[in-house]
Amino acid sequence: MDFLIFKAPMLMVQASLDGILLGILFALIAYGMALQWGVMNIINIAQGDLVILGGYIAYTIYLWGIHPAWGVIISPIIMFFVGWALYKLVINKVVDRDLFISILATFGIAIVFQQLMNFIFGADVVVAQSEYGTTMLFDNSVTLPNSKIFSAFISVLYAIALVIYMRKSKLGRAIRATAQNARAAKILGVDTEKVYAATFGINAALCGIAGALISITLTLHPYVGLPYTVRSFMIVIVAGLGNLPAVAVSGMGLGLFEEFADYILGTEFRIGAVFLLLVLILVYRRFKLSKKREYLK
Amino acid sequence: MNKIAKLFVTFISAITLALVSFTSSFAKVEGEYIVLGSAISLTGKYSSNGVHTQNGYNMAVDRINKMGGVEVQGKKYKFEIIYYDDESNPKRAAQLAERLIKQDGVHYMLGPYSSGLTKAIAPVTEKYKIPMVEANGASRSLFTKGYKYLFAVLSPANQYLEVAIDLAVEKNGGKGVKIAQAFEQDAFSQDVRLGILDAAKRTGSEIIIDDKLPKELNDMAATLAKVKAVKPDVLVVSGHTKGALTAIRQISEMKVDVPMLAMTHCDAAKLSKQHGKKSEFALCASQWHKNLSYKDKFFGSGKKYAKDFQKEFGYDPPYQSAESSAALLVFKDAFERANSFDRDAVRDALVDTEMQTFYGNIKFGPGGQNVAKPMILFQVRCKGDDCENRVVAPTKWASDKFYHPIPKWSERS
Repeated sequence: MDFLIFKAPMLMVQASLDGILLGILFALIAYGMALQWGVMNIINIAQGDLVILGGYIAYTIYLWGIHPAWGVIISPIIMFFVGWALYKLVINKVVDRDLFISILATFGIAIVFQQLMNFIFGADVVVAQSEYGTTMLFDNSVTLPNSKIFSAFISVLYAIALVIYMRKSKLGRAIRATAQNARAAKILGVDTEKVYAATFGINAALCGIAGALISITLTLHPYVGLPYTVRSFMIVIVAGLGNLPAVAVSGMGLGLFEEFADYILGTEFRIGAVFLLLVLILVYRRFKLSKKREYLK
Repeated sequence: MNKIAKLFVTFISAITLALVSFTSSFAKVEGEYIVLGSAISLTGKYSSNGVHTQNGYNMAVDRINKMGGVEVQGKKYKFEIIYYDDESNPKRAAQLAERLIKQDGVHYMLGPYSSGLTKAIAPVTEKYKIPMVEANGASRSLFTKGYKYLFAVLSPANQYLEVAIDLAVEKNGGKGVKIAQAFEQDAFSQDVRLGILDAAKRTGSEIIIDDKLPKELNDMAATLAKVKAVKPDVLVVSGHTKGALTAIRQISEMKVDVPMLAMTHCDAAKLSKQHGKKSEFALCASQWHKNLSYKDKFFGSGKKYAKDFQKEFGYDPPYQSAESSAALLVFKDAFERANSFDRDAVRDALVDTEMQTFYGNIKFGPGGQNVAKPMILFQVRCKGDDCENRVVAPTKWASDKFYHPIPKWSERS
């Protein structure tokens, strides 16, 4: 039974496409995490909760009668300011401290966000309807929800836009300079405080986009943020910091790996398999690094 | 001076101690009030259902008090409930149960919301020999531990979807069917799964997909792709509200054609409202529906209850509220039959409960579960864009015929 996938080649196609489409969405969240991890050396445990908050913004406009797809524009704008405010209130106090403090602080933020969302939006699981329909391939044996295709498309679009922005704009260059060497950037006149705030804002905005996409493809609930944090954390660990193509590839790879693990090992081992892979990759990287006499920070 | 201060402190502590012991020995009945205690989820992830539960309790307390209260040894008493918010956290719930019993001196408890929290509280009430009537913990494991002070007005989880399998077999001309199932990995859903396994064995049905969904998962695409490939007669899904919403979303998006789809938590997920026509023909297990013909003198019929509830709280009562109200009726009945406030006498009276309420018949089995009430199944049916839950089984209360098989997606508008 568990090897059904090898008997039906169409399932293989279905699994691959499902995995890739979902992986792209996760890669977008992971990209935000990689960005602010690289620039500010902060592991943001509240990443998933920012995603869910973004989703609720899209859901709210859906309740007002506006199509939830507009959420991919409105949600990041609002989330940018949420991120900025969060930086000014909390993150700026932990940015130069050790990693453990930032994990604690963002963990606290995650709890506060969950409770606030629960308080404002209620504890019910909600979905927004895009009514985008379905694309059917190979005589209806492979079906792809258009909402998932839309999500992947928007994710790629935003990722490309961000790469260009980072290369060409003044702020983008300042962010990259700060990531390379914050002290040197400061000496050369970069307002690192502003760079940090903007980076955190951009990360929150990316989460906002992902959240809006999740509201039309999956489900929203105040307490489902953590899986997104964990998933993006894994993608970043695998890809390394400051390497966008690697983030994209590792996102899709993880998505694929998860889908195939589901078919081959069974649904209950799906997440376990991903964690096992993470452990293997960490061990392998440590092994490789120890040969090069360098260490992961 | 120091001596006087010490004396003073001793004196105050003595008085406090005396007061505490005094209140705890009599707090079960204060003046004309019988005090019940309940830890309930008013915040956290169960808060919506926690509030439904609390509203159900409050509605019944008001009604019983208004209609003369509880008569024990010729004297009329009223119900009062002490609530604490357990934050949807089992550890907190157990602490609060301890606090209700030890500090507030409560001698009779009402259950919290969800199987998980009931499981956390039951050992505490059992330890202090406090009778607890609960209305929202359906997990089978609650009734196999040999608890003597736990009474549940609802049917256990393994009965939720057994009826659906019987129905499928009946539609198949009495022959066994092919079942595909996906259940979340939590106590409740796994109990529902056990029920299906029993039913499959009993009817000679075959389980061809048996997926266990991790709690963190909100994507069922892989399971549904498998379902599409193997074409079962019935697809059974249980994973709380998230599972119900995810299933309908992805079944409709992936155009998965199954002749029959059976689920839990459709009404809690507001399926017909959130997914509209996409949820049509889904078959859902429910503890109660307002159209059932049970009656009692406090709430009249289910319909009357629904109307009064709507008037008081502004929304249609979900079954979580109805069963919670029924718990109070059970307590009232037990107090009057025991004709005493002795905990063990009340407990013995609870054991002998055999009554009808607007919510259903209630009689407790040896494990404390309600054995007198069948589960019901309703089916989502739509007229235009307006979708509604219609009772289709058991036939005694069915308002509509069970629609089978579900039309293919290509034929649905």
